[in-house]
Amino acid sequence: MTKRKLRWIYAGLSLALVALFCGGLFYGAVHIPFKDVVRILLRSYEGKEAWQHIVLESRLPQTVTALLAGASLAVSGLMLQTLFKNPLAGPSILGISDGANLGVAIAMIYLGAASYLTTIVAALIGAFVVLLIILGFSRKVSSNVMLLIIGIMVGYLASSVIAILNFHASADKVHQFVMWGMGDFSGVSLSKLPWLAGFSVAGLLCALLLTKPLNALLLGDAYATNLGVNVRRARLLILICTGVLTAVVTAFCGPISFIGLAVPHIARLLLGSSNHRHLLPVTLLAGACIALLCSMLTVLPGSGNVLPLSAITPIIGAPVIIYVIVNRKNIHYFN
Amino acid sequence: MKRAIAISTHQLSIGYTGRGGRRVVRADLDLQLPTGEVTALLGSNGAGKSTLLKTLCGLLPALHGDIFIEGKPLAGYRSGELATRVGVVLTERTQTGGISVYDLVSLGRYPHTGFFGTLREEDHAAIQQALVTVGIADKADRFISELSDGERQKAFIAKVLAQECPIILLDEPTAFLDVTSRMETMITLRRLAHHEGKAILLSTHDLDTALQLADKLWLQPANPAENMICGTPDQLVDNGALARFFGSQTLRFDPETRRLVPVTSKK
Repeated sequence: MTKRKLRWIYAGLSLALVALFCGGLFYGAVHIPFKDVVRILLRSYEGKEAWQHIVLESRLPQTVTALLAGASLAVSGLMLQTLFKNPLAGPSILGISDGANLGVAIAMIYLGAASYLTTIVAALIGAFVVLLIILGFSRKVSSNVMLLIIGIMVGYLASSVIAILNFHASADKVHQFVMWGMGDFSGVSLSKLPWLAGFSVAGLLCALLLTKPLNALLLGDAYATNLGVNVRRARLLILICTGVLTAVVTAFCGPISFIGLAVPHIARLLLGSSNHRHLLPVTLLAGACIALLCSMLTVLPGSGNVLPLSAITPIIGAPVIIYVIVNRKNIHYFN
Repeated sequence: MKRAIAISTHQLSIGYTGRGGRRVVRADLDLQLPTGEVTALLGSNGAGKSTLLKTLCGLLPALHGDIFIEGKPLAGYRSGELATRVGVVLTERTQTGGISVYDLVSLGRYPHTGFFGTLREEDHAAIQQALVTVGIADKADRFISELSDGERQKAFIAKVLAQECPIILLDEPTAFLDVTSRMETMITLRRLAHHEGKAILLSTHDLDTALQLADKLWLQPANPAENMICGTPDQLVDNGALARFFGSQTLRFDPETRRLVPVTSKK
């Protein structure tokens, strides 16, 4: 791949990121004139308080959340696909988001606590319990495929407990839980944003530090070992990193499907290479862009209504996966 | 001529440890792999050729006995240090279809590069040299998925060359290759051994090429109770070891033509 093409990809993605970020600030369910949004952002606006509130307390945190969540999920997906040597692996497949789901279900339905903070704490606890179970098994099970299957099974177990909880719950609690399960970038307030930002930036930095072992893992465990990689340790670090990223994003935004699964493919198709040196940063940028786009698409133009996020992400993600599978014979990284 | 010993083993037992206890594939191996020569490991399927290769480079634990790499016990090496002594070419499936030949070969520099794996000038030089040595430099920008089986094998051999190890172990490097690629690969390996003094051990089913181009043969009998037979091709032809090793009810080894021939044919 030429340096020129690389530069174009980075420039294009950065530009798209800035454009989509601005789009998220200027476009929303309530129409606010362009000039006023600029003034509000520059703190020189003296008009409707409601508009100020919308831009600063709703649109700004929502766009930042979408950016961070998209980047985190996409990078998690990429690392898991490389680790499990399976292009269809994703953050939701290890059962981590099911764990978060279960945590929230227990908090909302069983304990009856529904405050914002308890939801987040419950999701984090659920996600980390599943992560610890997976890490525990990863010490015993040396095959990555078996570990993947254990992750899926743990996810099923969590879903089963959720089903039991739902069965005994009242209708409004079930509704509340289902709404949480739809995924939402708008739930993070400006004051909570630093928590999400801190964890996801830390996780993304760790991911960038894992570039070298991730590339070696493309060769498989035996080759990687021969090159001096401590494969068990590398696997542990990758699992912790993806686990933290997925857990934090799921806790703050609810389960979000397809971004972690599809964006690494978009990045590979764009870049044409699976070398993580560029694939990882490109995946990060593309993840942020796609999440911002999804976040904007949830706002139905004109009507002022907002669709749930889980209605949008599959519309973008599923066609990518279908395209990749149908064309896998002509796609280099599948062969 | 006495050559330095790259790998030696003492009463080595190889095999697997599982739930049902140990499965010993071969025991009491006292082997010596010389530097500057190509040694070909021959044996039928299931004789444990891959197991031996993987044990010698530390990918599988030895069940018993000792392995010495350049005189130092294998267990005494740190993983990063061992990665600069012994390089391997395996038959594993990889996910490398989406990276270029250059990227693949650059992974051989893994033990030599720093934390971020940034390639310095000497790394690029080693990669280029490896690409030229195996004759795949013109394909450096191609994706691995675009290569033929023979070119793919060359790319992996270039990777192990970029690793710059004095010892190279290859598991069936000539399998799936057509006859010219097979010979070319063997000639490349032979040149590396003779000119650069590398110790090369490869497993193969290709008796013809091994007899013609290997310096030493290790014959690994299918029956674990029988000893490994080591020697130069000429020695093993002359003392009848090859004839005993390959002889069966339907086939015999003909010392004149150095080929396996059907028992019924008059030659």
